[in-house]
Amino acid sequence: MSSITTATPSATPPVITTDKLTKRFGQFVAASQLTFQVYKGEIFGFLGANGAGKTTAMRMLCGLLKPSSGNATIAGYDVYTQTEKIKQRIGYMSQKFSLYDDLTVSENIRFYAGIYGMSTPRIKEKTSQLLQELQLEKEAKTLVSDLPLGWKQKLSFSVSIVHDPDIVFLDEPTGGVDPVTRRQFWDLIYHAADRGVTVFVTTHYMDEAEYCNRVSIMVDGVIAALDSPTRLRQQFGYDNMEDVFYELARNAKRKAD
Amino acid sequence: MIRTLYFLLEKEFRQIMRNKGIVRMLIIAPVIQLILLPLAADYSVKNISIAVVDNDHSTASQRLIGKITSSGYFKLTGYTGSYNAALSMVEQEKADLALQIPAHFERDLVRENSQKLYIAINAIEGTKANLGGAYLTSIITDFNDEIRVDWHTSGSSTGPDAPQISIASSNWYNPFMNFHLYIVPAILVTLVTAMAAMQTAFNIVQEKENGTIEQINVTPIKKYVFITGKMIPFLVLGIIIFTLGLIVGWIFYGVVSTGSLWVLYLSLVDYLFAMLGLGLLLATYSGTQQQAMSLSFFFINIFNMMSGAFTAVDSMPGWAQAIVSTFPPYHFIRIMRMVVLKGSGITDILPDLGAMFAIGLVLNVWAIVNYRKTA
Amino acid sequence: MNQLLTFIRKEFLHVFRDRKTLLMLFGLPIAQIVLFGFALSNEIKNSRIAIVDYSKDAVTTQLVNKISSGNYFDIQRTLQSATQLETAFKKGDIRMAVIFPANFSTDLVHTGKAAIQVIADASDPNLATTITNYITRIVNDFNTQTALTAGRPLQIVPEMQFLYNPELKGAPNFVPGVMALVLMLVCTMMTSVAIVKEKELGTMEILLVSPFKPIYIIISKLTPNLLISIVNLFIILVLSALFLDLHVKGSILLLTFDSMLFILTSLSIGLLLSINAKTQQAAMMASLMGMMLPTMLLTGFLFPIENMPLPLQALSNIVPSRWYFIIVKKVMLKGLGVTAVWKETLILAGMCLLLFAISLRRFKIRLQ
Repeated sequence: MSSITTATPSATPPVITTDKLTKRFGQFVAASQLTFQVYKGEIFGFLGANGAGKTTAMRMLCGLLKPSSGNATIAGYDVYTQTEKIKQRIGYMSQKFSLYDDLTVSENIRFYAGIYGMSTPRIKEKTSQLLQELQLEKEAKTLVSDLPLGWKQKLSFSVSIVHDPDIVFLDEPTGGVDPVTRRQFWDLIYHAADRGVTVFVTTHYMDEAEYCNRVSIMVDGVIAALDSPTRLRQQFGYDNMEDVFYELARNAKRKAD
Repeated sequence: MIRTLYFLLEKEFRQIMRNKGIVRMLIIAPVIQLILLPLAADYSVKNISIAVVDNDHSTASQRLIGKITSSGYFKLTGYTGSYNAALSMVEQEKADLALQIPAHFERDLVRENSQKLYIAINAIEGTKANLGGAYLTSIITDFNDEIRVDWHTSGSSTGPDAPQISIASSNWYNPFMNFHLYIVPAILVTLVTAMAAMQTAFNIVQEKENGTIEQINVTPIKKYVFITGKMIPFLVLGIIIFTLGLIVGWIFYGVVSTGSLWVLYLSLVDYLFAMLGLGLLLATYSGTQQQAMSLSFFFINIFNMMSGAFTAVDSMPGWAQAIVSTFPPYHFIRIMRMVVLKGSGITDILPDLGAMFAIGLVLNVWAIVNYRKTA
Repeated sequence: MNQLLTFIRKEFLHVFRDRKTLLMLFGLPIAQIVLFGFALSNEIKNSRIAIVDYSKDAVTTQLVNKISSGNYFDIQRTLQSATQLETAFKKGDIRMAVIFPANFSTDLVHTGKAAIQVIADASDPNLATTITNYITRIVNDFNTQTALTAGRPLQIVPEMQFLYNPELKGAPNFVPGVMALVLMLVCTMMTSVAIVKEKELGTMEILLVSPFKPIYIIISKLTPNLLISIVNLFIILVLSALFLDLHVKGSILLLTFDSMLFILTSLSIGLLLSINAKTQQAAMMASLMGMMLPTMLLTGFLFPIENMPLPLQALSNIVPSRWYFIIVKKVMLKGLGVTAVWKETLILAGMCLLLFAISLRRFKIRLQ
C-alpha cells in the first residue's frame, strides 16, 4: 500500500483524534486501524467505494457503534466512556432521510432543537433564522413529506446543526440531489465551516471531494490515502480526484454491496 | 429531562393526531365492535335444536315433548319414529341433540316403576352439550315429579315417603344471569389489548424503518426518556378507548361498574404498563413493520383465545394455567369482572395487580436492555 | 409464462428471506394447535367451591364425600362465616358455596325434607349454571338412591350419550375453528401487507409500468401465500392427528379442495384490502380490526350463531370462515362426504369467484 501522508500540522487544535480505531463484526474487519486527526473548522472528506467501511467508521465516531479496539476522542471526549457527552457536541445527518415526514418544517426544527435542550425563545429565534437562510419562510407550515427532495436535504442539514455542534457528520448527504441543489448544499456546508463547525462528510461525488480541505480514501477497511485534494493529485500524478480514487479503489478485494 | 420528554410527547401527539385514518381506526373501530360483538358473543344457551324420536306416542310422551318445547331452551326441529333418522339430523347439524322415548314408555313406567330415556348429544361444541344436557335433565326431573304427583293423587301403592333433600340455589352478582355483564368487560379488554401492544410496536418499528430512530440515537436523549415518550401517548389513547368502551357498555348494555372506577383505572394503567412493555419488546425484535405485525398478531391471537375472555381458564390443565397466568390480559379480565360485577375492592384484586406489575416490569426491563443492545 | 415464473420466484425470495415472519407464519398454527388443543376444554372441572357444613352429621358427611369424589370440584373447607365467603367471592377464590344448615339430618328425618343452600358466583353465568347443575345432579342421585331403597315409584332415568366427542374435549371444536382463523388471517394479512409494502417502497410503480400484466402481479403475489397456507393446513392436520388424536375421518381430498377454496377466498380479501390501503399500518389495522374479532365471533366456533340477533346472523352468512368451519366439522370430525357439504362448497366457491373478480377489476382501475 502506498504511504499514508500525514496532514500538515494545523494551527487549530484537533477535534477528532483516532488511534488505531478498529471495528470487527465476527471475523469480518469492517474498519481497521484508523488513525487520523481532524481540526476545528475543517471540511474533512471521507471517500471510499460502497462497503469500504466509511459508514462503520462514522458510526463509531458518533457513538452509534462501540469500537472493537483502538482509541478515539471527539471534541475531547472518549468514544468508549463519554458517548453521552459526545452526543451533545455533534450533529449527524444519515444516509436515510431522517426528518419526520408527518411533521411540518417548523415542527421538525422545534422538535430537534427542543431535544437538544434549547430554551423556547432561543428555539423561536433559531427557527426563523433557519427558515430565512433556507428561504423556506413560506413553507414553515408545510408537511415535510410535501417538500421536494433537494429542500428536504438542505433542511435535514440545517436541523442537524441547529444546536451549534462542534462537529457535524454527514453520511452521503447529497445522494439523488440535482447539481444546482448540490451546489447550494455545499454553500451551506461552507457557511457552517466558516462559523467554526467541523464538517466530516462521506461522499461518492469526486467533484465534492475537491471542495474538502482534506480527504481520506478508504479501501477495504483501511485508510489508503489522506491529504488535501491538491497534494493527492500531485502525489498520484493525475489531474483529477476521479483518477486518484480509481487508482486506489480498483485494488480493492472486497466486493461492493 | 422533563423538557426533553415534553418535546418528545408534543411530537408524538402531533404525529398521531395528524394520522386521521389511524385515529379513526383506533377510536371508532373499538366503539363499533363493542356495540356489535356482545350481541354475537351471547352464550346464554337457548334455541338448542332437538330431534325427538317418539316410539311411544302416548299422552306421557306428548306431555314431555310439550314441556320441553315450552321451556324456552329448546326448539323442536325434528319429530320422527326412527332413531337413525334423528341421528342423521344430528350429523347434519339440524339438531344438537336427539331424545328417544322408547316404545311402551308410559305403560312400562307404570308397570315397572322405572323407565329410561335416551339422549344423544352432539358434543363437538362442549359448552352447548353440557348446558343442553343439563337443561334437558332438569326438565325431565321436573316432568318426573309432575307425573308422580298427578298419577298418585289417585294413588294406590305409595311406598313410605322417602326423605327429600332439595337445593335452594341463588345466583349472586348477576341474579338475572345476564350474559352481557360477563362478556362486555372481557371484550373491552380485548380491544384495548389489540390497540396497546400493536400500536406501540408499530410506531417504534416505523421510526426504525424510516431511519429517524438513528437520528434520535445520536442526540443526547436518554433511552428511557425516549421510551417513556413513546409509551405515554399510547397510555393516553388506551385510557380514552377504555373510557369510550365503558360508556358504550353502559349505554348499550347497561353495564355499570359495581366497584369503584378509581380501582378500574388504576388497574388499567397497570395493565397498559405491561402491554406497552410487550409492544416495546416486540419492536426491539422486529426490523420491519411486517415482522412487528406478525409478532404482535401471534401474541394477541393467543391472548384472545386463552385469557379467559371467551373460554374458561379454570378447566385448563395445570401447566396451561401456569402459562396463562403470565398473560397480562388474563389478570386484567379477572380484575374487570371482579370489580365490575362483584364490586371487589383494591385488596381483593391485589394479587392480580401485583402479577401484572411484575410481568410489566420484566417486559419493560427486558425491552430496554434489548433496545440498548440493538441501538 | 417465463416472466411469471421469474416474478413468482422473486415473491418467494421476499417471503423466505424474512426469517422472522416466516417463523411466525409456521409457528403460529403450531403453537395454537398445541396450546388450544391441549388447554382448551369445555368440560368444566376442578371448580373451586367452598363447603360450609354447620351440621357435620352422617348425611352431610356422606354428601360432602359424594361432592368431593369426582373431579368436578376443588373443595375449600376453611371458610366459616358469611363475610369470609363474601371476601372469597370478591377475590375470585371460589365459584360457589355449598352450605349445609345446622341440624340438617335431624330435619331430614323429622320433617322429611332439608334444604342445601347453594350460592353461585353468577358473574360467569354459564359456569354458574353448569356447576349448580353438577351439584343438583349429585344431590338428585343421592335422593334417588335413598328413594330406591325406600321403593319410590315412577322413576325416569335419563341416559345421556355424548356423540363425536364423548370426553367433551375442547379440541374437536377448536381445531376446525383454529384452522379457519389461522388460514383466514395469515392469508388476508400477509397478502395485503405484501402488496402495500411495494406501494410504500415505490416498487409497485415500477412493476406497473413494466409490460407485465396486472393479473400476473396478482398471481405471483398470491402464490407464496397460497403455498404457505397449504403447508400450514397439513401441519395442522398432522399435529391434530399426532397429538390430539383427531384424525380426518372423511376424504382428505375433499378437505384439501375445500381448504384451497377457502384460502383463495381469503387471499382475495387480502387483495381487496390492499387496494384500499395506503400504508402497511392501515392494511394491517384493517385486517386485524376488521377481520380478527369478527372471524372469531361470527364463525360459530366460540359462540353459537343461532343465538345471535337476526342482523348478525345475516352478517355471519357473508363470513367465509363460517362456511368453512361447517365443512371442516362435517368432513374431518364426522366423516361425511360430498353430498353433505356441496352446499357450503358452492357458497365458498361463489364467494371466492366474486371476491377475486372484484379485486381484479379494482386492481386494473388503479393502473390508469
